[in-house]
Amino acid sequence: MSATEPAPAGQLPDAAGHFGRFGGRFVPEALVAALDELDAAYRKAMSDESFRAEFDALLRDYAGTPSLLYPAHRFSAQIGARVLLKREDLNHTGAHKVRNVLGQALLTKRMGKRRVIAETGAGQHGVATATAAALFDLECVVYMGEVDTERQALNVARMRMLGATVVPVTTGSRTLKDAMNEAMRDWVANVDETHYLIGTAAGPHPFPELVRDFVRGIGVEARAQCLESTGALPDAVAACVGGGSNALGIFHAFVPDEGVRLYGFEAGGEGVDTDRHAASITGGTSGVLHGARTYVLQNADGQTIESHSISAGLDYPGVGPEHAWLHDSGRANYLPVTDAEAMAAFELLCRTEGIIPAIESAHALAGARKIAPGLAAELGREPVILVNLSGRGDKDVHTAGEYFGILDKEQ
Amino acid sequence: MSRIGVAFDKARADGRAVLVGCMPAGFPTVEGSIAAMKAMVSAGVDVIELEIPYSDPVMDGPVIQKASDIALAGGVRTADALRIVEAVAATGAPVVTMTYWNPIEQYGVDAFARDLAAAGGTGLITPDLIPDEADEWLAASDAHGLDRTFLVSPSSTDARLRMTAEHCRGFVYATAIMGVTGARSQTSEAAPILVSRLREVTDLPVGVGLGVGTGAQAGTVAGYADGVIVGSALIRCLLDAPDPAAGLTALRALSAELAEGVRHPQR
Repeated sequence: MSATEPAPAGQLPDAAGHFGRFGGRFVPEALVAALDELDAAYRKAMSDESFRAEFDALLRDYAGTPSLLYPAHRFSAQIGARVLLKREDLNHTGAHKVRNVLGQALLTKRMGKRRVIAETGAGQHGVATATAAALFDLECVVYMGEVDTERQALNVARMRMLGATVVPVTTGSRTLKDAMNEAMRDWVANVDETHYLIGTAAGPHPFPELVRDFVRGIGVEARAQCLESTGALPDAVAACVGGGSNALGIFHAFVPDEGVRLYGFEAGGEGVDTDRHAASITGGTSGVLHGARTYVLQNADGQTIESHSISAGLDYPGVGPEHAWLHDSGRANYLPVTDAEAMAAFELLCRTEGIIPAIESAHALAGARKIAPGLAAELGREPVILVNLSGRGDKDVHTAGEYFGILDKEQ
Repeated sequence: MSRIGVAFDKARADGRAVLVGCMPAGFPTVEGSIAAMKAMVSAGVDVIELEIPYSDPVMDGPVIQKASDIALAGGVRTADALRIVEAVAATGAPVVTMTYWNPIEQYGVDAFARDLAAAGGTGLITPDLIPDEADEWLAASDAHGLDRTFLVSPSSTDARLRMTAEHCRGFVYATAIMGVTGARSQTSEAAPILVSRLREVTDLPVGVGLGVGTGAQAGTVAGYADGVIVGSALIRCLLDAPDPAAGLTALRALSAELAEGVRHPQR
């Protein structure tokens, strides 16, 4: 089992980065040369045994993968499904994101660049990038919406301890999408020496494909672990979807397994029938944002609408283009989970398993709880649901503490 | 021939460059932006580049983003932008629109081309649409007789310069620097090289934008380019003004200075 097992040949995207009508490159011409350079470096690296061996060794010896597959018995009993948790929260830095940053940091070195920039919402990707930058001796600048720097102060401190410069972004809605705009601007201006280490499977080609391939080890591992521990594939795979990297990571190895249902749970916020949510597929329309055609929360004039989620990590008005394609093709199902449903599942996992999940991951747990009765009825037995526990909840303790009335704002 | 092309030819015959002045539609208000663009034309701006505001302008610096945010907060819509095109085109100055791709896609690509042509617009500059993704726009601009300006950059390869220029009509937009919009203290060293590389692959006029803010800089750029494109410095006249009248006065003064600059190319 190798976490860097390449994606099977002939799969999407096409050579220009299209997943059906989605994806592509909607970028200033100034970035095309850098994207071409990245694409060439990435293809060369992935076909190079020494690159994959180095990446594998880092994942094993530094990130601590393969992550565990844990049968959550007490949680399972509460929701009426046999839940297997892919414990990406146990990775170094506490989330699946370390896989992507290690892959991209290795590529940065190969391209001879000395500086990385990143955008971050919850701060998890920023921490992971700052970590890889420290490990690889790269200069690191992280753009973060000013609103997010306030709600994720602990992660800001972590990034600074690791040597990164954190730049609070004060334009627009001062959240993740604006941090991404600012990182793009930095990249346009400094592209010669800088790699833009995008944190999710979104953006212009080749990022959606490249990020997917760096995180698809999650599913490769989980698939083998399921077969080993249960003797069968799961009935369903569940993951939360913001930009969608953890979901693609766990979905991708299962895409050819037609009997395995794939469920992406989007941030339904206060409800998709309100204007306070971040469910780009359920509540958005096809458009172009941040370099690719995908589903976007937008008004009739194509202006991006501000998203809302209790989880800063899901608070993004777009989604990776491969998810848009998986939705349109019917291979994966995308459903919204509200803030309240996510927080109920958050609390349930804490109390039944002694695991504090990231609020992002709590959306996947709530989603599993939601689909369990239907699956059980359809299958005539207790369903087996593989849930990607994409990150740990340390960073969200303050948000959750306030939500449950355990902490007030001053504490 | 495109009306932009006529403007470039006429300027070339006079031994000078064309001055292109950029202003977001609906900034500070719909009526205010019409007044601003008319003031720019009367003070010597040859071509108006009307930017349709977008919520996520990745190619623009802080000045244009701030002006766009003000316009959007004021409720400006794509249909208003087309109404402004019509009002400004009535002055006789060519009006070219510029915007990011998503607003066009949501309006409907063919419908936008039809309505832009009907409003008297000459064409469209697309900062985040490269010819590689532009099939629908190529067809719509052909169908409605509109110019199309794609951008080239100092980082563009020779093959991409050629390919991009082949898909342009009217003029080619050369971005003088690697970076976003905004006036800078020094003019670019990369720009003259990029323009001479473009001359090898196309006979289309070349406009140079990004970083120009003074008459002297305009004169320098006019020394090697057919068009000088100015945005942030003009917009700042309105942003920094204590009241609308003072803003228009400053805008007229800078427009006149720039117009003087393009008439004295520094070769």
